[in-house]
Amino acid sequence: MSGFDKKVDNFLRVFLNSGGYKMVLTGLKNTLIISVLGLLIGIVIGTLIAAVKVMPKYKTLPKVLNAICTFYVELFRGTPMVVQLLIFYYVLLPLIGMKMTGVQVAIWVFGLNSGAYISEMMRGGIQSVDPGQLEAGRAVGLSFATSMRLIVIPQAIKNILPTLGNEFIALIKETSVVSFVGAADLYVAFNYIGSNSYEFMVPYLAMAIIYIVLVLIISLCIRIMEKNLAKSDRRK
Amino acid sequence: METEKNDILIDVRGLKKSFDGQDVLTGIDMSIRRGDIVCVIGPSGSGKSTFLRCLNCMEDPDEGQIIFDNVDLADMKVDINEHRRHMGMVFQHFNLFNNKTVIENIMLAPVYTGCQNYRRENHKLFTPGNVKKEITEKAREKALELLARIGLEDKADVYPSTLSGGQKQRVAIVRSLAMDPKVILFDEPTSALDPEMVGEVLDLMKDLAGSGMTMIVVTHEMGFAREVSNRVLFMADGTIGEDAPPENFFNSPENPRLKEFLSKVL
Ligand SMILES: Nc1ncnc2c1ncn2[C@@H]1O[C@H](COP(=O)(O)OP(=O)(O)OP(=O)(O)O)[C@@H](O)[C@H]1O
Ligand SMILES: [Mg+2]
Repeated sequence: MSGFDKKVDNFLRVFLNSGGYKMVLTGLKNTLIISVLGLLIGIVIGTLIAAVKVMPKYKTLPKVLNAICTFYVELFRGTPMVVQLLIFYYVLLPLIGMKMTGVQVAIWVFGLNSGAYISEMMRGGIQSVDPGQLEAGRAVGLSFATSMRLIVIPQAIKNILPTLGNEFIALIKETSVVSFVGAADLYVAFNYIGSNSYEFMVPYLAMAIIYIVLVLIISLCIRIMEKNLAKSDRRK
Repeated sequence: METEKNDILIDVRGLKKSFDGQDVLTGIDMSIRRGDIVCVIGPSGSGKSTFLRCLNCMEDPDEGQIIFDNVDLADMKVDINEHRRHMGMVFQHFNLFNNKTVIENIMLAPVYTGCQNYRRENHKLFTPGNVKKEITEKAREKALELLARIGLEDKADVYPSTLSGGQKQRVAIVRSLAMDPKVILFDEPTSALDPEMVGEVLDLMKDLAGSGMTMIVVTHEMGFAREVSNRVLFMADGTIGEDAPPENFFNSPENPRLKEFLSKVL
């Protein structure tokens, strides 16, 4: 029996008999939960920030909001995700005396973090919508916020769907750091298998394959969605 | 004709507007009576669009008053959204909502404002489902009537991108009608159309004029101005150079700039 086959055997033994597959499933589940919920929170935050950024700014309130949003975006884009996780978990939570699981922390940090990135995408998306759309909304007596919500933002989201897909992929890949705050992700699962089989080559290869497959599936979904959108553009 | 005070729908006083130090409107005084069909004519860049857009404060005037139905819209304290609902606006490039079907385009503002009014009157945070349904049904009925009026009932559920330019503009016009406006502002409604589609839009506008709608129309269609309007304004150098009934405006203009302009375009 060659060396590699033996390694695979060892891996399968721990994977199947010592509960490894359960940990992998949990890890997969957490990875998806963190990235999906993180993306949704990010879309909400990003949209709000983008709306503030494109607001007309002759009054004080929009100016103040704008400054806050700029600070927020710089803060989250200027620090690594791991640092944000650690600060949130070990500094912020104890300060306000709150308890959260590692997964919950990861969801919020991922949401806050991707909100900063999505706000920039969304701003681009909003700016690519014909200004006449907003004008027509204002002209029938809808407020700026309502016109944005009902008319401009739906079109902006459609414009940036492919970019949002890429952000989702980025989030999925970045979940590999959430074990820093004790969330059980794929890394934790395969690390467990590795430690118990005294063998890390196969587990880490398997982990890489899972990430690649996940990303490929999502890319495919995005491609299908894009095609459908293009079709509806033509037919409608 | 003797004009009574309440005959006046829009009273513009001392309207000034500049962009980045460039004075576009340098003091406009004029008033528009109910039922007026006013055409606004003038060279490119003379401020026709700016004037029109100041009337519903799509551009905020720098100085002066826009008294619409006894309320000064230029006052930053008024709820401009409330008043804009009574002033339709039709754009050169139609600006139909791309993410809404034709009928949704027409129903959007009536349904939204209907629900909002209900919430305000009843001090509610949300509109109950049955109320919203009722408002929506009424709006749909009316929208279908309006579509029938322009012969586009069969296009109710398509998206604007499949319509021809002329169809888009006619939908845009009935979209503004759905709010029962007291006046409709038109900014070059036929300038972006292929020539063969200009007629259908002008016909609808004539129809509207015949029904007594107050209209202010920035246009290059001299024929329309001559035939349909009861007043024609000439915009030049940031002010109104001539304000006369079409016969006088076209046959015996007084303003030298207007004479020159007419000799070029007619
Ligand atoms: N939002 C704006 N910002 C800066 N300058 C503007 C703005 N809107 C209009 N202007 C300027 O004001 C002047 C008058 O423009 P306006 O669009 O009112 O002219 P117009 O008579 O409608 O011309 P046209 O026949 O070409 O439509 C132009 O010089 C234009 O460049
Ligand atoms: Mg213009």
